[in-house]
Amino acid sequence: MKVLVTVKRVIDYNVKVRVKADNTGVDLANTKMSINPFCEIAVEEAVRLKEKGVATEVVVVSIGAKACQEQIRTALALGADRGIQIDTELNLDSLQVAKLLAKVVEEEQPGLVIMGKQAIDSDNNQTGQMLGALTNMPQGTFASELVIENGKAKVTREIDGGLQTVELSMPAIVTTDLRLNEPRYAKLPNIMKAKRKPLVVKAAADFGINLTSSVEVLKVAEPAKRDGGEMVDSVEALVAKLKDEAKVI
Amino acid sequence: MTILLIAEHDNSAVKADTLKAVNAATAIGGDIHVLVAGANCSAAADEAAKISGVAKVLVADNEAYEHQLAENMGLLVSDLGKDYSHIVSPATTTGKNFMPRVAALLDVAQISDIIAVHSEDSFDRPIYAGNAIATVKSSDAIKVLTVRVAAFSEAGTDGSAEVVAVDAVHDAGISSFVSAELTKSERPELGAARVIISGGRGMQNGENFKLLEGIADKLGAAIGASRAAVDAGFVPNDMQVGQTGKIVAPELYIAVGISGAIQHLAGMKDSKVIVAINKDPEAPIFQIADYGLVADLFDVLPELEAAL
Ligand SMILES: Cc1cc2nc3c(=O)[nH]c(=O)nc-3n(C[C@H](O)[C@H](O)[C@H](O)COP(=O)(O)OP(=O)(O)OC[C@H]3O[C@@H](n4cnc5c(N)ncnc54)[C@H](O)[C@@H]3O)c2cc1C
Ligand SMILES: Nc1ncnc2c1ncn2[C@@H]1O[C@H](COP(=O)(O)O)[C@@H](O)[C@H]1O
Repeated sequence: MKVLVTVKRVIDYNVKVRVKADNTGVDLANTKMSINPFCEIAVEEAVRLKEKGVATEVVVVSIGAKACQEQIRTALALGADRGIQIDTELNLDSLQVAKLLAKVVEEEQPGLVIMGKQAIDSDNNQTGQMLGALTNMPQGTFASELVIENGKAKVTREIDGGLQTVELSMPAIVTTDLRLNEPRYAKLPNIMKAKRKPLVVKAAADFGINLTSSVEVLKVAEPAKRDGGEMVDSVEALVAKLKDEAKVI
Repeated sequence: MTILLIAEHDNSAVKADTLKAVNAATAIGGDIHVLVAGANCSAAADEAAKISGVAKVLVADNEAYEHQLAENMGLLVSDLGKDYSHIVSPATTTGKNFMPRVAALLDVAQISDIIAVHSEDSFDRPIYAGNAIATVKSSDAIKVLTVRVAAFSEAGTDGSAEVVAVDAVHDAGISSFVSAELTKSERPELGAARVIISGGRGMQNGENFKLLEGIADKLGAAIGASRAAVDAGFVPNDMQVGQTGKIVAPELYIAVGISGAIQHLAGMKDSKVIVAINKDPEAPIFQIADYGLVADLFDVLPELEAAL
């Protein structure tokens, strides 16, 4: 079974973002960029399936400018077999990304697609579900456990009230939650080997998809600032403040 | 202009999330129709009919919708939604699961997690873990929106909408429900609680969360947790507050043994009053706390319980 994994290049999760002074977006110049953490979990899951003999090949795809090849190489160093970069300078919406991915699915015919549940820049949490709808594949979103058995995918999902398990016919889409696994670190020899693994580049413009977004960003602003308050030196003082000043208890 | 709002419910009752989403829809304007899709869900539909501002309730009562599987819900809602100007749902794990399928089937974008409505086509939503707020404008004929419920108050319940059955049955036949393991608790849900007390890695183990329970009982509070506490297995996943967990905005949020990583702050920084208890005076949580107490939580929690 071939597994397709998607990775997005995003600002590193440890970096505090700055909103640009002209309110057109956030300042990404000279900031550390990484694989979206949920995508890293997706790569790890796919590699584990290969190590267990369930998957035969792990193909990783990223859509973005040339720089996202760095994240594809990271995925290759973690154990993916080959990469596809769909080249575009545009900031695509989840729908356009899903449409491009649907074309990749059509061409590659994977038995399973593993994606992050959410990109930590847009915080959209949409692309996997959209890809599911476009390809008529079932989905196991927010997965904390994945078992492939008898040609079905059994997915345990983290939901608001606890956990839910669903069974999906295959091919299927799984989107990862934090508890699915703990990604490994790439070892130096694997980082070297990854440089020689195949990576093809395709132009997004060649897919015959309308890449203009129907959602225009009018403004990006700082959230309302929250100032630190005061320190109290005892439980007694804290309870008094909550009662008399804040009046919340 | 008519809005189709998909109710969050458990077949017998509608959740508070639905009432909050109705308030967001009211801010958009136009008639509001609420869809209750489930199995044996007439009690939930009757409740939905009482929500103030709702003009009509559609009930799709069929086994195919019992667990609101995304594949079936996607087909149902995209079919029913064709003639509406907006399709809205709360950004719960249910809404997040099926709404993007609806949008893709209708070939329109989805705007996730709106926190403010400017007009019928322009909304605010947080990005980058709430470190920036984007104002976006949609030119789609049908706007598909999920609502960050913590940003809206609940609609009233003095309505009396007509209830209409929907006969369409959409069963994609590609997924099935196996089981659910739902956390049972006598306490209020995180999303609905007036007070939340959360524990982090500093709690050291699950047993120590008992120290929070006594306080929660006295304050009628819900108990939350940081990712570190969930990952370590102290408490179940549904207690995680943060960018990728639950987003809450209670009157009072007490963070105990939580450092205040941006991903945690993203889920609670809109709380009205924040209290931080941490033994490290440099912990970032103090930068946003209204009241900070530098102390060992194992000394302080029993004292706090006694003082309440
Ligand atoms: C993609 C992604 C998504 C994430 N999503 C979330 C999310 O939704 N929610 C979330 O919470 N995190 C999330 N995180 C994790 C986040 O980055 C932090 O790792 C996490 O919040 C840390 O949890 P913590 O504060 O409990 O642990 P720590 O950072 O380890 O802090 C523990 C604190 O306890 C204090 N302490 C220890 N002992 C005591 C004591 N005896 N008395 C008093 N204080 C004590 C310490 O001083 C310290 O400040 C996410 C991370 C990533 C990469
Ligand atoms: N530009 C992209 N390239 C590759 N994968 C992407 C891209 N955008 C989104 N994805 C995938 O879709 C997931 C969810 O993203 P989103 O819906 O934007 O929150 C991400 O974790 C990725 O796995």
